Amino acid sequence: MANITFTLNGTSQTVDVVPEMPLLWVLRDVIGLTGTKFGCGMALCGACTVHLDGQPVRSCSTPVKSVAGKRVVTIEGLSANGTHPVQRAWMEVDVPQCGYCQSGQVMSAAALLARKPKPTDADIDEAMRGNLCRCGTYQSVRAAVQRAAELSGGRS
Amino acid sequence: MSTRRAFLKTSAAATGGLLIGVYFPDLAGEATLDAQFGPPGGGAITPHAFIRIGTDDVVTLTIHKPDNGQGTETSIAQILAEELDCDWSRIRTEFAPINAALYGGALQGTFGSLAIRTTYDPMRRTGAAARDLLMQAAAARWGIDKAQCRTENGAVINTVTNARLSYGSLAEAAAKLPVPANVTLKDPAQFKLIGKPLQRVDTPAKVTGKATFGIDVRLPGMLYAVVARSAVFGGRVARFDGTKAKAVPGVTHVVEIPQGIAVVASNTWAAMEGRRALQVEWDEGPNATLTAVGIRETLLGLASKAGGGVAEQHGDFDKALAAAGQPIEATYEAPYLAHARLEPHACVARIVDGMCEIWTGTQIPGQAHSTAVQASGLRAEQVKVHTTYMGGSYGSRGGGAFVAEAVEVAKAVNAPVKLTYSRDDELQHDLYRPASAVRFVAALDSDGWPTAWFARIACPTWMALRNGVARESVEGIADYDIPNVKVEYHDPKLPIPTGYWRSVGLSQNTFFAESFVDELAARGRKDPVELRRRLYAKSPRLLGVLNLAAEKARWGTPLPQGRFRGIAAVAGFGSFNAQVAEVSIEQGKVRVHRVVCAVDCGRVINPTGVIQQAQGAMVYGLSAALRGNITIDRGRVAESNFHQYEPLRMHEMPVVDVHIVPNTAAPGGMGELTTPPIGAAVGNAIYAATGKRIRRLPFSLEKLG
Repeated sequence: MANITFTLNGTSQTVDVVPEMPLLWVLRDVIGLTGTKFGCGMALCGACTVHLDGQPVRSCSTPVKSVAGKRVVTIEGLSANGTHPVQRAWMEVDVPQCGYCQSGQVMSAAALLARKPKPTDADIDEAMRGNLCRCGTYQSVRAAVQRAAELSGGRS
Repeated sequence: MSTRRAFLKTSAAATGGLLIGVYFPDLAGEATLDAQFGPPGGGAITPHAFIRIGTDDVVTLTIHKPDNGQGTETSIAQILAEELDCDWSRIRTEFAPINAALYGGALQGTFGSLAIRTTYDPMRRTGAAARDLLMQAAAARWGIDKAQCRTENGAVINTVTNARLSYGSLAEAAAKLPVPANVTLKDPAQFKLIGKPLQRVDTPAKVTGKATFGIDVRLPGMLYAVVARSAVFGGRVARFDGTKAKAVPGVTHVVEIPQGIAVVASNTWAAMEGRRALQVEWDEGPNATLTAVGIRETLLGLASKAGGGVAEQHGDFDKALAAAGQPIEATYEAPYLAHARLEPHACVARIVDGMCEIWTGTQIPGQAHSTAVQASGLRAEQVKVHTTYMGGSYGSRGGGAFVAEAVEVAKAVNAPVKLTYSRDDELQHDLYRPASAVRFVAALDSDGWPTAWFARIACPTWMALRNGVARESVEGIADYDIPNVKVEYHDPKLPIPTGYWRSVGLSQNTFFAESFVDELAARGRKDPVELRRRLYAKSPRLLGVLNLAAEKARWGTPLPQGRFRGIAAVAGFGSFNAQVAEVSIEQGKVRVHRVVCAVDCGRVINPTGVIQQAQGAMVYGLSAALRGNITIDRGRVAESNFHQYEPLRMHEMPVVDVHIVPNTAAPGGMGELTTPPIGAAVGNAIYAATGKRIRRLPFSLEKLG
C-alpha cells in the first residue's frame, strides 16, 4: 500500500492503495465514481476511457502509480451539468441505447475534438475504433461527433 | 375501438395524490403467453401498471418492463402519457419492484420483442382511465357535466368558462372516485406523443455517467467477489488451497460455494488478483475431451441422418422430389455464439434480519427473484429485487447463475457483496446461441420455380421437445410459399449450456434459408428479388418490405466497380424486414459498405427508437456473421476476451439507411427483427462478388476472392 496523490476532476485526491491497482478500480471501488465502466480489463473495449493530462487512456490498464501528480478527468468531471459540447451533441442525436459504453465514447470523442476541432470521417474512425458498442450505436456516435464539432465551433 | 372492459383500482397514494392500477382479464395475446411462461401470480386477473399523480403535478409512471437498452422505458411512458394527456416535461419514470401479483409474473420481463406488443393496449387504457377520473373530479368541482370538460397538457379545462385545474390539484379527489367500467381511447389521428421522436428519458443520465447499472451499485460495508468456476462444462472443484489468494492485499475471504470458489476482497481488482493466485484442482468430469471438431461431426452427422422429429409437413415432398429433375442439395453450418454484453454480469446481494435484497440489471426480475429465494433459503416475501439499468442483455440476462452466486457469497461471508464477472467469465460461462447444421434438399420445376423444400436441422436446445421438436430451433427454416415442404429436427444433446440469443432460432435459420433461396434463384435463373416475390406471395407485408428495400437500394442498377449487392428478408416478432447489403471484397475479406433496411413494425411508438433498433440489431447480426465464433477446446471455451471475440468496430460500420413502412396495424417487435437477415444479405452479396457460396458462419473462416 502507498499514498498516491493526483488531481481528479479538478480536485486533489490522495488514495492509499496497492500502487499497481488499475486506475479504473481506484475510481470505481475506492473513490466511488462509477461513471467509468469496466468492460474487458485489457484495453480492448474503451468503456473505461478517462483523460490523463488531456489524453484519452484506458483506466483498466493504467496502474494508479503512473498517474501520481497528474490530472485525471472522468465522465463526472467533463462538465458541470452535461453541458460539454460532446454531451450536448450526444443528447441532441439521442445516441445511447443500453448506455454502458457511452461514458467511454463521450470521453474519447471529447479528447478527439480537443485535438482536432474539425475531424474527418477517417479521424473519427481512428479515434473511436477502440470503443466497442455492443448495441451498435456507431452511426449515431459518428453523427454526434460531427454535431459536437459544430457546437464547439459555434462556441469558440 | 376494442370493447374490452378495464377493471381499475384506485387508492390514495402514500405520498398524496392518485394511484391507479389497471386490470385486464382477457388480453388475448397474454393468455397465450401465460400458457407458455406460467400464469401471473393471483390467477386470471392481471394488473399491469401504476400511474402516480402527485399534488405537485409530477406524474410518476412505473415501468414494469425492464429497459435492456432498447428504450422501453421511454416508449411505455409515451403510451401512458399520450392517453393521460399529461405534460411530458413533468413526467418521471421508475422501474417497478418485482411483484408477480401486481405486475404479471413472467410478463414483467422484457424478452421476445414483446415489451411494446404486450403493453400498447393496456397502457393506453390505463392512461385513458386515469384521465377519465381526473375529468370526473373536475366536473364535480365545477358542478358541470364531464362532457363539458376536456384535457390538455396535464390539466382539465372547463369548456364553458375556460377555467383550468391541474391534474395535481385534482389527484386526491380523483383517487376517491369509482373506476370507469369503459374508457374511450384517443383517435390515433390526435396523437401528440405516440409516433413522435421524443428524446429517450434515460439519455441525460447515460451521457453524464449518472445512470446506475447493476455493476455500479454500492452499499455501506460492501465486499467485492469473483468466483473461480470450472472452465470445463460440468466440472467441479476437487480440492483447493486459498493460502496464496488470501495473501493478496485486500482479500478477505476465500470460500467454497456450490458454483465454485469465491474470492472476496475490499475491491474488485484485489478479488481478481486473489483468484489469479488461488490454487484449485478441478475434477473436469466427462466433457474434458469435447472439441469443436467433434461437435461439428456430430452436427453434420445428424443433419444427414434420416428420421428425427417432423416439425412441418405439407404437400408431398418425396413425390415432388421424385417428379423433378436433379435435386439441389446443400449443407449449412453456424457456430456457438456468446452474448458479449458490454456490462459483465454483476449482482449486489445483502442479507440482513431475514431479508435478502438484490440489485441487478435483469430482463426478468421474477427470475432473479426466484433464483434469490432458492439460493437464500428465504420465503418469497423476504426477498426483494431492485432492477437497475442493464449494460446490454440480448437474451440471457435473466437472473440465473450470477444472482445465485451473489446470494451464496453474501450468505457465506455475512456481509453485503457485489459479485462481478470478468470478461473471460462472461465469454466462458454464458448460455450460448447453439451451434447448428442444416441439410437442405429442393427441387425446381422446368421453369425454374421451387416445387419442393426439405430441411433437416441438427441444433442443441435448452427447451423441452414437443413431438420430438424444439420449436425455437426450426423457426423460419421453411416460411415460403412452396407447395411441398418437409422439416425434420434432431437434438444433438451436447453438454454446452445454451439459451436465448437475440432473435433465437432465426439468428441462424434466416441465414440458412435466405442463402439457400439465393442458390435456388441462381439454379433456376431467377433474379433473387423476383424469386422472393413468388416465395413471399402470401405475406403482403413481407412483400412490402422486400419491394421497398429493393427500390431504395436501386436493385438491378449498376454499382461502382467492385461493389456487389445481396438481399434477404425475415418475418418475425410481429414485424417484417428486408435488407440489401452492399459489399466489396478487400484482401480476401468482405467489407460491408451500406445496408438498406426496410422495416414494417406496424404502428411506431417512437421512430428514433425504431431506427436505433433497426441499426443496432443489424450490427449485432453482422458482428456474428463476419467473425463471431465461440469454439470449444477440451470441453471449455477457447475465447477469453475481445481480441478473440471481437464485435464490429466504428471503422467497420456500414452506412445504414432505415426506411419505415407507415402502418397503423398493432405494434410489432423491434428488438430483434433486423439481426436475422444481415448474414444472408452479406453472404448473397459475396456470391454476387465472387461466385463463391459461403455455407458456414462466420465468413472469416474462409478466404474470399
